[in-house]
Amino acid sequence: MSVQPASSPKQPPSLWARILDSDILASFLRSKVTMVAAVIVLVLFIGAAFSPWIAPTNPFDPATVFLADANIPPAWQDGGDPKFILGTDDQGRDLYSAILYGLRVSLIVGLLGVALAATIGITLGLLAGYLGGRVDSLIMRIADVQLTFPAILIALLIDGVVRGIFKGANREDTALYVLVISIGLSFWVQYARTIRGSTLVERNKDYVQAARLVGLPAPLIMLRHVLPNVIGPVLVILTINLALAVITEATLSFLGVGLPPTQPSLGTLISIGNRYLFSGDWWIVTFPGVTLAILVLAVNLLGDWLRDALNPRLR
Amino acid sequence: MLAFVLRRLFQSLMVMLAVALIAFTMFRFVGDPVNQMVGVDTPQEQVAQLRQTLGLDEPVVVQFARYIYNAARLEFGVSYQFRLPVISLLGERAPATLELAFMSALFSLLVGIPMGVYTALRRDSWLAKIFQTVSLVGISLPTFLIGILLIYLFSVTLGWLPSFGRGEVVKIGNWWTTGLLTGSGWKALILPSITLGLFQMTLIMRLVRAEMLEVLRTDYIKFARARGLRTRAIHFGHALKNTLVPVITIAGLQLGSIIAFAIITETVFQWPGMGLLFLKAVQQVDIPIMAAYLMLISFLFVSINLIVDLLYALVDPRLRATIGAH
Repeated sequence: MSVQPASSPKQPPSLWARILDSDILASFLRSKVTMVAAVIVLVLFIGAAFSPWIAPTNPFDPATVFLADANIPPAWQDGGDPKFILGTDDQGRDLYSAILYGLRVSLIVGLLGVALAATIGITLGLLAGYLGGRVDSLIMRIADVQLTFPAILIALLIDGVVRGIFKGANREDTALYVLVISIGLSFWVQYARTIRGSTLVERNKDYVQAARLVGLPAPLIMLRHVLPNVIGPVLVILTINLALAVITEATLSFLGVGLPPTQPSLGTLISIGNRYLFSGDWWIVTFPGVTLAILVLAVNLLGDWLRDALNPRLR
Repeated sequence: MLAFVLRRLFQSLMVMLAVALIAFTMFRFVGDPVNQMVGVDTPQEQVAQLRQTLGLDEPVVVQFARYIYNAARLEFGVSYQFRLPVISLLGERAPATLELAFMSALFSLLVGIPMGVYTALRRDSWLAKIFQTVSLVGISLPTFLIGILLIYLFSVTLGWLPSFGRGEVVKIGNWWTTGLLTGSGWKALILPSITLGLFQMTLIMRLVRAEMLEVLRTDYIKFARARGLRTRAIHFGHALKNTLVPVITIAGLQLGSIIAFAIITETVFQWPGMGLLFLKAVQQVDIPIMAAYLMLISFLFVSINLIVDLLYALVDPRLRATIGAH
């Protein structure tokens, strides 16, 4: 950090000015699809974050949920009730509220899972790239083996194993953590490979050599000097992985090894609705399914745009 | 070439050993094999004796060696839930999964390649744009949602196709059952195959399109045009042929993921295959089945990777040259 007099004409532009002037913003404003996707993601995130205040009812408060209200169709259909805009599920819970709460659970699991995956991947990638040698080949061999298998299979296996370890505990207390661990351990490889690749390049640059010469400890060099220079591409992987993590969570919950019906995510809601598909109660499965599809599609579109916008070769 | 083959074989063997170690760890330490076999009121001496007969008091290395030896003879222990040998449970369900995987792979190739060629040749036509959009949606939609959608459309609303099971199956030989010889078997296959193959189809379509566009820009295509060959001959005789090498590689590698993703499809359609068995095992923490499934799937993956790599070296002369130079 260089200290500059406040009135210096060479003062660097403020962060806000830099954002307004950047290519990223320009390319964002050029792409209508991306702007729509961004708005959708924003709305869904806000809806999830503030669901306890936005949702008309609390679908998990037994005092306000009545079994007599079960399987009511959406408000615009015959037999609908204006109290329940999107209808109710098999336990009489307002579907609109349940989707908002479910979205919140899905996004919490997705974000925590991706954060765990990124932490593991970045740490191992830095270690592999910076230390090299045996550490490098061990970590990368593990990554190679894991990359051979689809993430969903690994997540299922880890899920089973972790639940075997937690056997005594109450499933409702552990389900969320089991999911986060499964997702975290299934998706770390991509981060590790990316970070390792750029660390290998950075390691031989002068500033790292200088830091080493000064006698800084290796962990400090990795965190303070190498990491800021290799972290860029991770942003794109994070976005695309969030969509994957949400899908993985929904799939595991749908398969009945994720979140229990008492704290449903979007996947759990879909799996509940799937049971009522044949009795004609289409809304229980449709609305959570559409929400999930829109969320994933919008996040994917944002990720695609980010990848292109940050790729200097495509500018 | 021989050195390359040997090196790849050795690598595959190491991967299998690593997977076996994971499977063994699960088998031995996550689920205690003895606790599952005895009742609550079994006397302690009897438990200890059982431990001894099973060899669980021997050094871990010896136990691991025996686990591998047994796995090589396809003995994976006894399922906790069904009290039956795991291998017979898996063997009974293997034909269902393999048939489903085969049909989905066929579907994804037969539909994906023509769609890819079309979107590459008529890039600006409205049909190509629809294909592109559909492929984006197909990649974004989770497999189980596609399955539910198809069931709702074709089973619930239209009532054309069954929504669960394999239909009528015919027994061939001692252990293979097939649904391909009965009408209801074919009908039952349609929806699950499409559900399972859709993701691969969009993948293949995008790959063929990208490769085609790449190949159409190369010099030999320009020369072929200059020679006055007919467009059809250029597109299909020259361009498509050269596109297919990477496509076949990817398709081969995807075969493994198809079998893994079958877990989801089999659940949606209650298809009596290995995936459904594996899922029930995960739900019930039935470790022997999980470990055995892991080993079998890994073997499949590793073999497919090995074969694809070797074939690639055989087919692509450039690769052969670099391998020879090593």
